[in-house]
Amino acid sequence: MQVTVTTRTRASTVAGFVALGLIALGLILPAFASRSLIQDLFFILTMLTLAQLWNLIAGYGGMVSVGQQAFVGIGAYAMFAGVILWGWDPVPAILLGGVAAFLLAIPMAFFAFRLQGAYFAIGTWVIAEVTRLVIAQWKTLGGGTGTSLPREATSDIIGVATIAELFGLRDAAARDVLAYWLALALAVGTMAAIYALLRSRNGLALTALRDNDNAARSVGVDAGRLKWLVFLAAAAMTGLVGALIYMQTARISPDAAFSVTSWTAYVIFIVVIGGIGRLEGPIVGVLVFWGLQTAFSDYGSWYLLALGLIAIAVMLFAPRGLWGLFASRTGIALFPVQRRLVTSGLVTGQPNTQREEVT
Amino acid sequence: MIWLDTIVQGLLLGGLYALFAAGLSLVFGIMRLVNLAHGDLIVLAAFIVLVVVEATGLNPFLSALIAAPALFAFGWALQWFVFNRVLGKDILPPLLVTFGLSIALQNGMLEVFSADSQRIPAGPLESASVDLGAVTVGIMPLLTFASAVAVIFALNQIFYRTALGRAFRATSDDPVTASLMGINPRSVFAMATGLAMVIVTIAALYLGMRSNFDPSIGPARLIFAFEAVIIGGLGSLWGTLVGGAIIGVAQTVGAQINPEWQILAGHLAFLAVLLVRPRGLFPRAVD
Amino acid sequence: MLETHSLTASYGQFKALFGIDLTIGAGECVAIIGANGAGKSTLMRSISGVLKNAPGMVVHKGTPIGDLPADAVLQRGIAMVPEGRKLFPSLSVEENLLIGGQIRRGDGRWTLETVYDLFPILKERRLSPATALSGGQQQMVAIGRALMSNPELLLCDEISLGLAPVVIRDIYAALPRIRETGAAVVIVEQDITRALAVADRVYCLMEGRVTLTGPTASITRDAVHAAYFGDAA
Repeated sequence: MQVTVTTRTRASTVAGFVALGLIALGLILPAFASRSLIQDLFFILTMLTLAQLWNLIAGYGGMVSVGQQAFVGIGAYAMFAGVILWGWDPVPAILLGGVAAFLLAIPMAFFAFRLQGAYFAIGTWVIAEVTRLVIAQWKTLGGGTGTSLPREATSDIIGVATIAELFGLRDAAARDVLAYWLALALAVGTMAAIYALLRSRNGLALTALRDNDNAARSVGVDAGRLKWLVFLAAAAMTGLVGALIYMQTARISPDAAFSVTSWTAYVIFIVVIGGIGRLEGPIVGVLVFWGLQTAFSDYGSWYLLALGLIAIAVMLFAPRGLWGLFASRTGIALFPVQRRLVTSGLVTGQPNTQREEVT
Repeated sequence: MIWLDTIVQGLLLGGLYALFAAGLSLVFGIMRLVNLAHGDLIVLAAFIVLVVVEATGLNPFLSALIAAPALFAFGWALQWFVFNRVLGKDILPPLLVTFGLSIALQNGMLEVFSADSQRIPAGPLESASVDLGAVTVGIMPLLTFASAVAVIFALNQIFYRTALGRAFRATSDDPVTASLMGINPRSVFAMATGLAMVIVTIAALYLGMRSNFDPSIGPARLIFAFEAVIIGGLGSLWGTLVGGAIIGVAQTVGAQINPEWQILAGHLAFLAVLLVRPRGLFPRAVD
Repeated sequence: MLETHSLTASYGQFKALFGIDLTIGAGECVAIIGANGAGKSTLMRSISGVLKNAPGMVVHKGTPIGDLPADAVLQRGIAMVPEGRKLFPSLSVEENLLIGGQIRRGDGRWTLETVYDLFPILKERRLSPATALSGGQQQMVAIGRALMSNPELLLCDEISLGLAPVVIRDIYAALPRIRETGAAVVIVEQDITRALAVADRVYCLMEGRVTLTGPTASITRDAVHAAYFGDAA
């Protein structure tokens, strides 16, 4: 009798194929989609990536950061610096954003890891504020009022001319398509990397760490190293996303790029509403968030007021989010990271769809 | 001479930050809850005091006295109906709930009170000052500092001299055993948050009389308060006053060098303390 | 005065009690014995309201109280000396006692003075932080703290655990004076001899079930041994 450990379920196999199909569809979408749909998808994909990254460090790693806007902001500013000061093309300059965020994350982790729990949260926030205030002193990039990408830099971004020709679009629309593809690549890459990490030995260790720091340590998980690794990696990715967002916006200011509301509050709401500590959560959350935004953003602060109240209500009545509610009713996991023992076709553990195969 | 003046002004400013921090420290000390909406609650209290001033024509101090019981009730209800439901081993739910509350409060106030800057009129007090020989200090900053000392003194008396304070400390040590003593931890928590809201009202009174405020400034006040608490050492009330003073002095010294560096200098002082004393200057022995 | 009916309790997936039926009469002294993990402390925590149950599982003077929280159970005159003493480290000895008397029933016998009279050493140490005392003295504080509410039923969970025999003797010496007030006492013990010496009746628990019960006078050592260790011998 052969015993194997698997994380696969039938739902996950189906989800895998659906995901591949969606990625393929996403790639060819610009050929027939409207410009506004592409812009909406850009928004959804970038927010989804930010949400997945926050979910990784907070939901899986237990590090509740309220300072992610530091990485978005520093990433965006590094990209602007590359373009404006050193004459880089904006697309490769996005990589500068990842590097800058990574470098910022090192001192940030050094300070914040001295704080526990909720104090970690505000500690990261303080460091994000410090970064914003320092960047606002950078006069060549517009100081406190900000600046725009120069026209000549945005007009001949690598690949835009080809896209324009390929789909018969104007330059501005072609830039949106480019940004959308990059966002798609970042989102897929981030989710694939997180999924791979969670299924690896390190992923198991990470969740053990969140659930019980001391216990995990006592069975040989190197808590410090793993936390550093995850925090730095998430920071670098967040920096890339920030740079990409501001490449598309082409205009930056410290208040916007380091906004705790836009880059951390919304992201947290997306994760909470969708379901924290699950890969599916942010996907559901970002769709709900986008839906609410599209329907109600005209109501301005009433909309934000409602969003805050919804987050509170979800935490009170469905602490595992919408996907958590759905999953506990159905037992479906699209991206399972839970290990189950499979004994020659017999499945133990979660009541799952695979059980049907046995009978 | 200018530096002596700067440092005195900073110390007095620290009184305001200590007032911001005292409520946060109280709540954290008793139930390990960090209320991310604390700054927004201060702003809300400032608006409420202002509304009372405008509606009754009374002076701000009397108006705050009228507002305080209402805010106590609000804090009590907030804890009883919302925060109590998410307190537990996992720190994430209370953090997310208070963060949601922060966003909701900011935008709610924006709708009700608009984004315009407001100020609580304090009459001649606003500009009155007293000559102390070497330095001249404003009556208002002096009053703020004195109030901070009074609030912290009073809190210490409550903690160590009353049955309520005993219940606070017992519940903070061990809520389950406290319930075996006939204490209902949930109602102790509600009392604590109610009391914190009374302190918030006092903080809001001075915030509103000393400078302009609008619905968006809460998070920055939260950060100052938090820095004062951490510098002082978690759970130490007098430490909170020292922490506030350090932030205050750092800010005025920074501003003296370059006006744009005021806030930054406060944050850097906080990070410096965190670097050398991660548990703050006066950490509590039992935790 | 107090009964449990088919009382069950579990921690997550793990079931700790499987239907315990127990009665405690007014003024009685009942010993609950059993090995580690038999469910003794779980039973105490269920009665005292630390663990929630179905209302009818615990009945006090005809009223179902299984779902009441601990503070409401105390108000009905049921106080507990918790396992491990659980003194409040931020409070002095006297404050620990005072907090036990925060809710007092009538003008019963127990006050600061009478508790100090029962355990004179505590009066000397009254201003020390509670956790600065020796283990035996801490146990005295824990008992005094529970007495301060003038309970009709005192639940003592493992009061001799980790203490030297001479200290245990001192603590047990206080028991008759507690019973003089008319209070019923439940003693949870692993020390069978000690428990049988003071109790009127005994319940023996094993793996969440009652394996033996009866008046202490009528129970043989062998029967206890069998009930305690589960061997049929």
